[in-house]
Amino acid sequence: MSTILTTMPGLATGMLAMIRRDLLLACKRPGDILNPLFFFVMVCTLFPLAIGPSVEEMRYSAPGVLWVAALLAMLLSLNSLFLTDFEDGSLEQMLVSPQPLVILALGKTAAHWLTNGLPLVVLSPVAAIAFQLPGSTVWVLVHTLLLGTLCLSLLGAVGAALTVGLHRGTALLSLLILPIAMPVLIFGARTVSLAAAGDDYATGLYALAAYAFAAVSLAPFATAAALRISSE
Amino acid sequence: MSDTLSADDLLLIRGERCLFANLSFTLVSGELMLLEGRNGSGKTSLLKTLAGILEPEAGEVRWNGEATRHQRQVFFGATAWLGHRIGFKRDLTAIENLRFEASLRPVRTRDIEEALERLGVLRLKKLPLRSLSAGQQRRVALARMLLAAAPLWLLDEPFTNLDRDGRALVVELIAEHVENGGMCIVAAHQDVEIDTPTQRIQLQ
Repeated sequence: MSTILTTMPGLATGMLAMIRRDLLLACKRPGDILNPLFFFVMVCTLFPLAIGPSVEEMRYSAPGVLWVAALLAMLLSLNSLFLTDFEDGSLEQMLVSPQPLVILALGKTAAHWLTNGLPLVVLSPVAAIAFQLPGSTVWVLVHTLLLGTLCLSLLGAVGAALTVGLHRGTALLSLLILPIAMPVLIFGARTVSLAAAGDDYATGLYALAAYAFAAVSLAPFATAAALRISSE
Repeated sequence: MSDTLSADDLLLIRGERCLFANLSFTLVSGELMLLEGRNGSGKTSLLKTLAGILEPEAGEVRWNGEATRHQRQVFFGATAWLGHRIGFKRDLTAIENLRFEASLRPVRTRDIEEALERLGVLRLKKLPLRSLSAGQQRRVALARMLLAAAPLWLLDEPFTNLDRDGRALVVELIAEHVENGGMCIVAAHQDVEIDTPTQRIQLQ
């Protein structure tokens, strides 16, 4: 061909481009991000009202409630992860992109975490105030949610990729994701409980970190494979 | 440099139906291929099989002699795909969409505006695609083909939603591409008559 062939952009360029595009999209449709956050805040403010004024009881139930609320808020946002791409044909373009699908899937997952996971982590201290958790415990909660939401974004992307071609795949998505998300919930909530009781909680954090590392290294490959299957 | 796309004994079954069997062809640089057939005859499925989106039940698609599924990056770098959905984000502008596209693949020009100008949608560059008409969205989607440095164009119903000028423009772009040593496979109900070696595949 008579034209100049510029070189193939690197993997990092491709992934960053994907993250940038999805962040830009999120800015243009803030409602999609705010809905799950609003849900999280609602649950976290209503629960203390329902439990009653006893500080003791509130502190006792706080880790469980905060963690379940965070998990469900993440699930709410996961359904739409690949749905719009599927509908407008962007997913098809991802499949035939010269960039490896794993890299693009990882980019999308990273953008999902930045727009859904990270805001939850940032909001969680505010929610913890409603439960009158002491400062040191709030700090542990932030750490567990930081690792936990990362796991949930990565694992959730696999489920979202598997269910993208199905209409009304929300229920199925939850069924697929919840079993593998259970360890995250258990370790997350338990670690905060231990910290609140003044016990040693480091093991829980290590376990969550290990889970997050495993998810980062394995989940994108599963997501890419699932995307190919769903597009058949 | 001359490229070759070949299909060896492709077989595709969707559901209960065999869409095509023992389908073989060889397409070289400078050639055009038209996929013809009525609605539901498997034109899109064949195009998707060639693009590697669908996996054939049997057979192999080869790019320069080697199976495409063993060299995805190389093959996809050499392919530009236009499906019947536009493949762009409707909330983003033409410029934002094409800039994203350009950062994923080898491009023949850094000049996005030039591609938009050619398709007659330059003045709409700052509007989100959502606010464009279906035909205008189609033109923006076609700008992707001009931007990509891809010798192989796979076009699924490129004439959809376009006005008469638009359809003529698409034919012109295909002719230009093929003339410059590219190759093009088109699935369409409209005939593409240009002065180049043309193969036709009639699907039942």
